Amino acid sequence: MTKQGWLALMATGTLLTAGCGADGPLEESRARPVVERYAALTYENYTDVVTQALRLREAVERFLEQPSEERLSTARSAWINARRAYGQSEAFRFYGGPIDDEDTGPEGQINAWPLDEAYIDGIIDGQEPLSQELITSMNERNGETNISSGYHAIEFLLWGKDENDTGPGNRPYTDFVDGITPSNAERRRQYLSLVTKQLMEDLESVRAAWAPGQDNYRKAFVAEAPKEAVLKMLTGLGSLSGAELAGERMTVAYDNKDQENEHSCFSDNTHADLYNNALGIQNVYLGRYGTADGVGLDELVAAVDPKLNEEMKQRLQASLDAIQAIPAPFDQAILGNDSSPGRQKVKAAIDALRAQTETLVDVATALGIQLNLE
Amino acid sequence: MRRTLLPLLCLLASGCGDDDAPEPEEALPGGETTVHDTTRNAFALAARNLQGERRDAFFVGNALFNRNWVTAPASTEGLDGLGPTFNASSCAACHFKDGRGKPPTEPGEKPLSLLFRLSIPGVDEHGGPLADPVYGGQLQPLSILGVPAEGQMALSHSTHEGQYADGTPWSLEEPHYTLESLAFGAPHPELMVSPRVAPVMIGLGLLEAIPDAGLEKLADPEDRDGDGISGRINHVWDVQAGAVRVGRFGWKANQPSLSQQNTSAFRGDLGITSALFPDEDCPSVQTACQQAPRGGTPEVDEQKLAQVTFYSRMLAVPARRDADAPDVLRGRSLFREVGCATCHVPRHETGTVEDAPELSGQIIFPYTDLLLHDMGEALSDHRPDFEATGSEWRTPPLWGIGLVKTVNRHTRFLHDGRARSLEEAILWHGGEGEKARERFRTLSATERSQLLRFLESL
Repeated sequence: MTKQGWLALMATGTLLTAGCGADGPLEESRARPVVERYAALTYENYTDVVTQALRLREAVERFLEQPSEERLSTARSAWINARRAYGQSEAFRFYGGPIDDEDTGPEGQINAWPLDEAYIDGIIDGQEPLSQELITSMNERNGETNISSGYHAIEFLLWGKDENDTGPGNRPYTDFVDGITPSNAERRRQYLSLVTKQLMEDLESVRAAWAPGQDNYRKAFVAEAPKEAVLKMLTGLGSLSGAELAGERMTVAYDNKDQENEHSCFSDNTHADLYNNALGIQNVYLGRYGTADGVGLDELVAAVDPKLNEEMKQRLQASLDAIQAIPAPFDQAILGNDSSPGRQKVKAAIDALRAQTETLVDVATALGIQLNLE
Repeated sequence: MRRTLLPLLCLLASGCGDDDAPEPEEALPGGETTVHDTTRNAFALAARNLQGERRDAFFVGNALFNRNWVTAPASTEGLDGLGPTFNASSCAACHFKDGRGKPPTEPGEKPLSLLFRLSIPGVDEHGGPLADPVYGGQLQPLSILGVPAEGQMALSHSTHEGQYADGTPWSLEEPHYTLESLAFGAPHPELMVSPRVAPVMIGLGLLEAIPDAGLEKLADPEDRDGDGISGRINHVWDVQAGAVRVGRFGWKANQPSLSQQNTSAFRGDLGITSALFPDEDCPSVQTACQQAPRGGTPEVDEQKLAQVTFYSRMLAVPARRDADAPDVLRGRSLFREVGCATCHVPRHETGTVEDAPELSGQIIFPYTDLLLHDMGEALSDHRPDFEATGSEWRTPPLWGIGLVKTVNRHTRFLHDGRARSLEEAILWHGGEGEKARERFRTLSATERSQLLRFLESL
C-alpha cells in the first residue's frame, strides 16, 4: 500500500486571538520567509533526489549493459545513496502536496511497500510485453502488496529476497545473464531498466512542482496565507513522525517481529531509511537541507516560546540518536524477547518519535494552529 | 408535464418544515471516531479516539489485512495455507484501500472483488443455505498449483430503458452470470447463485455496537404501520455461541458478528482455516483440494484473527463534506421527503461495548436500519439466506458513500455493483423501495441533483 494517509491527519488551523492581537505568532512579515524557505528546501531536497536517482539509473544501465558482480555492487550502492535524499523528502508528504496529491501524486508508484516479491516475478515470468505503462498499471492491482514499481521493486531486483541473518539479500548477477540461471534474464533486464526509468520520471515530476519561477504548486503554496502553509508543513511532520514512522514503519515490525514488515527488507537499509525520515523532519523544523540553512519553524517558535523551541530541538535530536542506536540490520534487531538489546533500542526509538510528535502538536498550538493528529 | 407535478411536490414539502434542521452531530457521522480525510486513504484510518497501544494494535491488524497469504508449505511462518481453492490471496485484494469492490468493467477482466455464493434448495442444520455438494458454498475461481479451480464466471448485460417524469431518459444495465469452465461437471439443476460485491470496511465496529433492541424497535415485519415498508431482522447461526442471533453483517445480514464474518471470509475467500472453521471448503469430489498440503491446524491462529477483527472494528468513518451547502441541505430534506430515510435510517446510538470504549455511547449516522427489505424482482438473487428471501437485502449503510469515487476510482453500487452511479442505484430500487424510487423519478432535475449532492456529502 502507499502508506500515505495511514494516519493522515487532519488539521484545522484556528488563529489564537487572545493575547496575540494582530501580531499573532504567524504574523505575515515573520512567517512569510519561513514558508518561502520551506518551498526552497523542498526543491533543494527533490533536486538531490533526482540527481541521485539519475546516478542510480546510470549505474543500472551500466550493469544491464554487461552484468557483473562489480557492476551489480555499484548499482546497489547507487540505490542506497538515492534513498538518503528520498528518505528526507518524505517530510513533504501527507497533506495532499505534489507527492501525494489524491489524483496525480506518484507516491504510490515511488515508494509503495511492503512488497510481495512473487508478484514482480510473476510479471517477469509472464507473457505480456513489458513497458512502463504495464508496470505502472500493475502497481497495487488486486492487492495493496502487489507492488510493481518504485524504489522497493528496484531493491528487490538488485538484491533479491533476504534470507540471510547477517546481511541483505544476495541475488547473483547471473540472474541478469542470458542462459545461465533462469530463462527469463532478458525480461528481468528489461523490467529493471523500465522500472528505474519510471522512477526517474516520477521524481522529476515532483521536483518540477516545486521549481521556482514556474506556474506550479510552489507558486500556489507560497501565496497561501501563512497559517495554511504552516499547517501543511506541520501536518507533514506530525504524520511522518507519529503515524508513519512510530506506527506503520516501526511498531508493526516490532510487534510481529517479521522481516516482511520492515521498510527496505531486501537491502537491509531500513535502519538508514528510518534515520533519513527523522532527519527530514528535523530539516524542515530548522529550515535546513544539507549545508544550506535558512529560517525555519524554530525561528517562529523561538519568538513566542523559546523554551518550547529548545524542547522541540532536543526531541528531534533525541529521535535521531535513538534510531542511530538501533543495531543494524533492523530485521535482526526486532527479534528475540522484549529484553533483548535490539528490541529495547527499537522500542526506545518508537517512544522518542512519539514524544517528538506530541511536542510537534504543542508547537502547532504555540503558533496558533490546532493540529489534530489522527 | 411540470405543472402536474406541482401538487405532489407541495405535498412532499409540507411534511417537513423548519423542524427538519440538521442535527449538529451529523457532520461527524462516526461520532468521536470520525476522521477528516478526503484522500484516497479516507477509508483506511484508525478511529480518531483510538490511542496508545490500542492504536498500535490497529497497525498490526492492518498489516495482516494487506498481506498476501501464500501456498503451504512456505518459509513465511504463519502466513501460509492459502487455498487450496480461493477467491483472493489477501483481504485487501477485494477490500482495496478498505473500500468497495466492483464487478469486472474491462474486457477480459475477471471478477475479483465480486464473489458468488452457491447453494441448492433446502437448509443446513442451522437454517442456513445448503451448500452445493460439488462446488460448496461459494465459487472459488482460483487455486494453488496442482489443484483445479472450481470454475469461472462470465458476465453479460441486458439494457433497461426508462425515463424521469420530466422526460429525461435513463438506461440501466442488468448483469447476467454464466458459470464456465466448471472443473467438476455441470452444476446442480437447481443451483442458486448470488453475486456479492466486497463492501466498504468503515464503521463496522460502530454498526456492531448498535444494540439489538435498537434494531428490534425499527423492525416492522408485519408492516403494522401500513407504510408499505416491513423491515425484518435476519436470525442467523452464531457458530461460536452455538445459538441463533440477530444477523447484521453481509449483504443479507447473514453474519451475527464481525469476528464470525471475518473468520468465515478467511475460510471462504482465502481458504484459510481457523479454530471456528477448521475444515477447508473442499467438497468430497474435489480430491486434489482435499489432499493438498495444509498450512497448519488451524492455518490462522486466534491472535491473528483477533488482530484483524480489531482492525476491522476500528476503521473510522470520514466526516461529511459540504454538509452545510444549501444544495446539500435541500438534498437532505428531499432524502427524507422521498422516503429514503425510512430504511436508510440516519441516526443511531451505540451501546456500551465492554472492550471498546472508543465505540461506546456514540451518536452515529450510518443511514441504515440493518434490516432486511424486499427490494423487488429486478434486484432479486432468488437465493434465500437464513430468513432472508431471494428478493430481500439488508439496507446498506450510506456513510462514506460519496468518497468511494476517490478511494476506489469507481462508482459502482448495489450488492453486485450493477449500478454505475448513485443515481442508477436509486433507480434500481423496487419492492419496498418502489414508492421512494417513484417519488425520485418525479423530482425535477434540480431536485434530483440536490438529493445526489446530499449522498455525495456523506
